[in-house]
Amino acid sequence: MIAVTFAALLSHWRRNPLQLFTLLAGLALATGLWSGVQAINAEARASYDGAAATLGEAQFDRLVRSDGRAIGQDTYIRLRRAGWLVSPVIEGRIGDVRLIGLDPLTVPGKMAPIGLRNINDLQNFIGADGGIIAAPDVVWDGARTDLAVAPGTAIADVRTVQKLLGRHGEFDVLIIIPEQPLGQVSLEKIAPDLTRQVAQSGSDIGRLTDSFHLNLTAFGFLSFAVGIFIVQSAVGLAFEQRRGTVRTLRALGVPMRFLFLLTVVELLGLALIAGAIGVGLGYLIAGFLMPDVSATLRGLYGADVAGTLQLRPIWWVSGMAVAMGGTAVAASAALWRLSQMPLLAGAQPRAVAVIAGRGAKVQAAASAVLLFVAFVLALTADEIVTGFVLLGALLIGAALGLPIVLRSVLDGLVHHSRGVVAGWFWADTRQQLPGLSLALMALLLAMAANVGVSTMVSSFRLTFVAFLDQRLSSELYVTVESPEQAAYMLDFVTPQVDAVLPIMSAQLHVAGRPTEVFGARNHATYRDNWTFLTEGQSPWKDVHENLAILINEQLARSAGLQVGDVVNMGEKPLTIAGVYADYGNPIGQAIITESLFKTLFPKILALRFGLRLPPEDVDALVDGLEFEMELPESGMINQASIKAYSLAIFDRTFTVTTALNVLTLSVAGFAILMSLLTLTVMRVPQLAPVWAMGLTLRQLGLLELVRTVMLAVLTGVIALPLGLALAWVLLAVVNVAAFGWRLPMFLFPWDYAQLGVLAILAAGLAALWPAVQLARTRPADLLKVFSSEL
Amino acid sequence: MNFRLIFFLLWLPLVSFAQGFAGLGSGSEGFELPETNPMFQFPFDDGSHPDFRVEWWYLTANLQGDDGQDYGLQWTLFRTALSPKDYEGWSSPQLWMGHAAVTTPDAHFVTERLSRGGIGQAGVDIDPFEAWIDEWIFSGLHSNAVLRAAGPNFAYEMALSATGPRVLHGAGGYSVKSADGQASYYFSQPFLKIKGTLQLPLGDVDVTGDAWLDHEWSSKPLGANQIGWDWFSLSFDDGFKLMGFLLRGDSVFTQATLIGEDGTPVAYPDGAFSAKPIKQSKVAGRDVPTTWRVMLPDAGIDIVVTALNTQSWMDTSVPYWEGPVRFTGSHTGRGYLEMTGYE
Repeated sequence: MIAVTFAALLSHWRRNPLQLFTLLAGLALATGLWSGVQAINAEARASYDGAAATLGEAQFDRLVRSDGRAIGQDTYIRLRRAGWLVSPVIEGRIGDVRLIGLDPLTVPGKMAPIGLRNINDLQNFIGADGGIIAAPDVVWDGARTDLAVAPGTAIADVRTVQKLLGRHGEFDVLIIIPEQPLGQVSLEKIAPDLTRQVAQSGSDIGRLTDSFHLNLTAFGFLSFAVGIFIVQSAVGLAFEQRRGTVRTLRALGVPMRFLFLLTVVELLGLALIAGAIGVGLGYLIAGFLMPDVSATLRGLYGADVAGTLQLRPIWWVSGMAVAMGGTAVAASAALWRLSQMPLLAGAQPRAVAVIAGRGAKVQAAASAVLLFVAFVLALTADEIVTGFVLLGALLIGAALGLPIVLRSVLDGLVHHSRGVVAGWFWADTRQQLPGLSLALMALLLAMAANVGVSTMVSSFRLTFVAFLDQRLSSELYVTVESPEQAAYMLDFVTPQVDAVLPIMSAQLHVAGRPTEVFGARNHATYRDNWTFLTEGQSPWKDVHENLAILINEQLARSAGLQVGDVVNMGEKPLTIAGVYADYGNPIGQAIITESLFKTLFPKILALRFGLRLPPEDVDALVDGLEFEMELPESGMINQASIKAYSLAIFDRTFTVTTALNVLTLSVAGFAILMSLLTLTVMRVPQLAPVWAMGLTLRQLGLLELVRTVMLAVLTGVIALPLGLALAWVLLAVVNVAAFGWRLPMFLFPWDYAQLGVLAILAAGLAALWPAVQLARTRPADLLKVFSSEL
Repeated sequence: MNFRLIFFLLWLPLVSFAQGFAGLGSGSEGFELPETNPMFQFPFDDGSHPDFRVEWWYLTANLQGDDGQDYGLQWTLFRTALSPKDYEGWSSPQLWMGHAAVTTPDAHFVTERLSRGGIGQAGVDIDPFEAWIDEWIFSGLHSNAVLRAAGPNFAYEMALSATGPRVLHGAGGYSVKSADGQASYYFSQPFLKIKGTLQLPLGDVDVTGDAWLDHEWSSKPLGANQIGWDWFSLSFDDGFKLMGFLLRGDSVFTQATLIGEDGTPVAYPDGAFSAKPIKQSKVAGRDVPTTWRVMLPDAGIDIVVTALNTQSWMDTSVPYWEGPVRFTGSHTGRGYLEMTGYE
């Protein structure tokens, strides 16, 4: 009997392959979107973990020279012989490859190069031929490949790297081993020119790129929510359409419990198939977006993401869990209804509206509570976790509230409508609302997310462009290797340029926070281009009178400082004259005047210079520096090309964001299609009387289309403020909690209008097919509705 | 001091023990080998011999604190070469390892350092003598010597002076290590008076006592089938001293030197000296003999040697047991015990 009953249940799909397709496609799309976003996230994170493990940069305190120059071997030996357990690291680039030199004997265990498991490995590594261990994506003749090496990186012995880079006896960083011996001589006595950089809980790179991941994670949650809505629609449709079959089987004597079990098995099987397809689809989505994601992260933050995608168990598991769990959640309600169905009542699909009554009150209450929680959190949240709770409460609260708002709007329209057809249209729309509300919620979330994320990314772009204009105000930047070369270079360029702005910085602690202090020359470039978040009366004037200091937002927030407060720079008290935005920088930064800087840090001489000159003269000066000064091209940065490069990176960010926008909207559109197909089956008895009273099928079809578009417009009107609220939470709460700086929010009405059109288009397209079907209903089918009344 | 380990060869303990402890039984391509009838020249031979693969300067001391308690102290510098010769700079094939330890009756503090040769981080100078790795030093050797080491939770600074001559082991310093003829150059300075301060977590302790320095080098000191050794350096209360070891493998190989009060050595051939475990202790998850019956019947010696602290485990790159001992029986006294190759 099992086989026969199962075959009978399954035969429904054979007769209606389109329905089978929509069910599988719905499940697969939801899973695909989820696992695609997860794959991108997981891939990027795995790469960072590899990088962090290899470099150990975040885990250990480091010693660097205050002036950023190389550390000599004598300094290293002096430190070791004074009881400082430090390990030398040298870094450089050869072509695209980041080369790191380590000493395997003194390096802390966690950083040890990979796989030096026996004397032969060690001999190869430190021996005369200097073995190189490279990441899989690095092409290096004779290198051993190791997955644990960060992408784009190769590791070798200090000696090998010194030789390759032509920097004999030099290091860039000394890593401080966590456990130091008793009786150490103080650092000031041994190496006063070195500064200790404290390890950070997360690496700089990690923290910055997390900003981008935050967006993707938000997208991931959203796609999950949208996905559940489609799965619900798809499963609901399948059940509605099979009520007849179920009634017949029960009438033939198949026990309900038995049917119930068979349905569960069937759904499980379908979820497995659709889930597998979905994970594959997600892989394709991620693979398609990955080069851009990788490029975006690398360009934005200098973080490397391997361009190749690897299958990771975690997103297989999570993808399948979404498919199975989503199906279970979506199907449980339908199964419950199936098991409660009276034996012979199944032939006529019930109007879904009947069940809507009591549930609506619970839903309204839940929505109100969630929106209240969101409101309270918006005022108080200051951590990432609470920021995300705020996001969740806001989105779910709004989604649950949507049907209630729509219903009251429709109530008003019913009351104020004139004419019979209009009255029927609004009342009928209201009657259909419960069946469509899940799909409309999905549309709401999709639109709101798109508005929110677009606002955030575009605001970021605008801010960043302004920031670039402020920071890259000189036309050409030149880096030299020694003070002698600097003097020589200055003699050469000074007659040819309008101004020379030396760039010098020192690492120290300001108000207990690690801070990079810059010395600025008194020049109009700064006065004209710098903007402040908050400022005193005349910030630059105060700075140049050696009375004041300018600090970045990160330092202001982390140390709780504001304009007018006094901080000590060495012994000298300085008033804070201004706080400026410093996007993307994880640590504190401060600016004092050049003369004060020279007094405080007499040993630090500028090796980088900004040159002001007419933009059209830049190329000629670059040529001159190359030939006369023999400066390498890599030592000169043309401001125009940096700006172009930075903007190109942002445009790639947009590609990813737009692609994800289109995807979420398509998924929401699919949810609408599912719901309408579910409803169409039930529509015939409701439409037959209207048809009988004189409306043509064509008119009815058109009205169906108008109804859907109208509902989408209403949803869009609610989605806009919701999306803006979402953007505000991302920029002003989550970003501040995560990175210590707040992004100003800008509005982009034109973008929202485009999104609205896109959303309405998606809804209209989804409604088109059901409307056409309706218009093509055979009059005989409509007449049948009245057959029992005769 | 015997085949005190060149742990070096692997600091990850994945050594194939089929090749002897810590790779000491493996090949010696291109390195010099010890020859019979050595003619040592001092101070030259107090320094390092980079053409030999392994070498160590190994100091142990039995100490008594002003608190009346017994202590043990170890300071060791190991050298190993990836290939013969030495060069200035990072290209030097010489590698250095330092071990320092302080043992109390209920605690054992140990720490380790590693270094490349050629860059000044570790090495041995001969005139004046100074052996160092990082801030650890052993300078002066026989008179006005200074010894210093520190770890995260202990440190010591000691002054030493010799009251007797160097002692050559085996045949004039040529010390045979297996029936197949593996050998090393090996001499000791067992007559060192030592005093200084131990810095321990519970406070500083002033100590005095006797120290024993070994200097040994070779290129292939172990036979391929020798898996470990048990090595004793014992100072009798009546002024005599005894160095004896047994090498464990397919068969047991023993050697001993009995040292008179004036430093005159008497070398004993394989089999004359014997040591048998009496009691095992669980140390770092393995069974290690910490009470021994040691016999040299030709000299009327039959004693029971007991560890001051059974948990004197050197948890270093290549782990082993090393700690102070006391003995009773036909004679009484103090000394040091080293045991390797216990898995």
